[in-house]
Amino acid sequence: MKNLNNTFLKYFVFLMLLLFICGTDSFAQPRFPQPEFESGYVTPDTQVVMPKGIWFDYMDIAVLLILLTAATLFVLKYRWRTGVVIVSVLSIAYFGFYRVGCVCSVGSVQNVALALFQKSYIIPVSVIAFFTIPLVFTLFFGRTFCSGVCFFGAIQELLIIKPLTIPVKYERLLSGIPYLYLVFGVLFAATGSDFIICRFDPFIGMFRFDGTAPVLIFGLILLLLSTVIARPYCRFLCPYGVLLGWFSLVSKKGVSITPSKCIQCKLCQNSCPVNAIRVPDLLQKPEVDGVRKLGWSLILFPVLIMAGGFAFSQLYKPLSTVHPTVNLAEEIHWEIKNNSKTNSENSKAFHSMGVPVEQLFSDASAIQSKFYTGLWWAGMFSGLFLAIAFIKLSVIRTPKIYEPDKFKCISCTRCYKFCPVDKVPETVLSGSA
Amino acid sequence: MENTNTQNPEKKDINRRSFLQTGIRLAALLAVGSVSGYLLSKSLNDDLVWQLDPNKCVQCGRCATSCVLKLSAVKCVHVYKMCGYCNLCGGYFVPQPKQLTTGAENLLCPTKALKRVYVEEPYYKYEIDQSLCNGCGKCVKGCSAFGNGSLHLQVSHDVCQNCNQCAIAVVCPADAFVQVPANKAYLLKDGWKA
Repeated sequence: MKNLNNTFLKYFVFLMLLLFICGTDSFAQPRFPQPEFESGYVTPDTQVVMPKGIWFDYMDIAVLLILLTAATLFVLKYRWRTGVVIVSVLSIAYFGFYRVGCVCSVGSVQNVALALFQKSYIIPVSVIAFFTIPLVFTLFFGRTFCSGVCFFGAIQELLIIKPLTIPVKYERLLSGIPYLYLVFGVLFAATGSDFIICRFDPFIGMFRFDGTAPVLIFGLILLLLSTVIARPYCRFLCPYGVLLGWFSLVSKKGVSITPSKCIQCKLCQNSCPVNAIRVPDLLQKPEVDGVRKLGWSLILFPVLIMAGGFAFSQLYKPLSTVHPTVNLAEEIHWEIKNNSKTNSENSKAFHSMGVPVEQLFSDASAIQSKFYTGLWWAGMFSGLFLAIAFIKLSVIRTPKIYEPDKFKCISCTRCYKFCPVDKVPETVLSGSA
Repeated sequence: MENTNTQNPEKKDINRRSFLQTGIRLAALLAVGSVSGYLLSKSLNDDLVWQLDPNKCVQCGRCATSCVLKLSAVKCVHVYKMCGYCNLCGGYFVPQPKQLTTGAENLLCPTKALKRVYVEEPYYKYEIDQSLCNGCGKCVKGCSAFGNGSLHLQVSHDVCQNCNQCAIAVVCPADAFVQVPANKAYLLKDGWKA
């Protein structure tokens, strides 16, 4: 009996020791230790392939520079539309089919916003280049990037069959959308929530033969639409186009419809698919009218900015749920309140990571307060853009000749062939380019 | 603007406009230059690529479905140093296999990318055919649950397009996707520390 007891004690001590060892050190021990092979088998190393390297990124930048230079030369110097079409096809082939849509300038806005507002995020060099290079080119030569270097524009450009004119009222209304898209794209990117411009990108899915159904259908509708309404994405959605448009307004050179001197023959008047030709108005409206409108606009200026900021900031709660952390916090909050599990992957992952709930909630509320400030800014900017639109309406400045609206003109060069003026005097051409 | 200039050369107004335009243009150039310069100073040190932290991964299966490529760039890798070379492998066989054979009904891998090679009695070596692996992580789940955890997922950089914003990173429930320097592109598990 005593002997048995002793054995039991021995086993007990051994078990306790085992438990102790397992309890402290179990994570450093494999469940199944590696066998000692007798056949001379040597455990191989894990094989991995190193990344292709940065030359790939630099190739993208080089292609962008080459196409952009080519497009600029074709638009401004050689006035050669076929060249622009060739650039469009090359752009679709390289950026679209070969690089399946990434990297692109339109989306780069978000990376830049994220990099500026979140110190930890490091933006790839190629993305900086794709953001900067078209803007710099636009500052000097107008929106030649849009002519076909941007593959979004290129697809729509090649599909134009019979562009209809949209009534000015609706066109003005629709051209407000890109501003909102830009403002919210920057807001969601800067708060690290989501890249909405990429998520709702209508064309990239087609190059990848992949994507969610609503976005693909939206893309198809846009493509069909672009046969009769020229460049619907560029004009009424593209957030990068807003930046390009503003930069183009102060560009050093730009598209000139006539190669030398405008004779006001009206032949080009209906040639523009994007309604960007400014028509000299012979029946000028009385200036008093404009002055009164301008006065009202200036009074509205601060009102619109503050109202925009206030209105947007009230939306911080629903909008902040776009951020995954806030979304998760709401889910966990629901779980605690209802004392159950949602069993979603996000919830499972959260519980398996062992982060304290308080930490999650404090992170989420920090993000919400960021959203509040961000939305104030977003709203103020939207108000500012609206106010500027009103001021633009009240300033009546009619051109003396037929010339492109520098903001709207996407340098497709369709108007060139309508101008009957000969291209002879080289000196005049260099002066008017 | 210059067009009007040639037609009305005496206008002072136009000079003011073009002066303002030049000023704004220079300001815009300065702004773009300083923004990109600031960003470049941060980025030039490192080239970054996407990678998956295997210690955070919860094997939800979204790597297989969310990558922009048809066959995901996320692949299973095997750290042989950690493997027990078991006959009954939790990553290779379904939880209750009828037989320990290579019959498809017994195997976990949906694409037959995980293969086993006989080493010596009773040990087997498990290899991954990367051209078949879709990164679903089923074997990883099995290996972590019943084995040593020597199988795990990694972004394979001969396939990865290194998108601007990784589409899987957006949907990853465990926040396991990180950007790592290109010269240290893999976050392999480093075996059992003594």
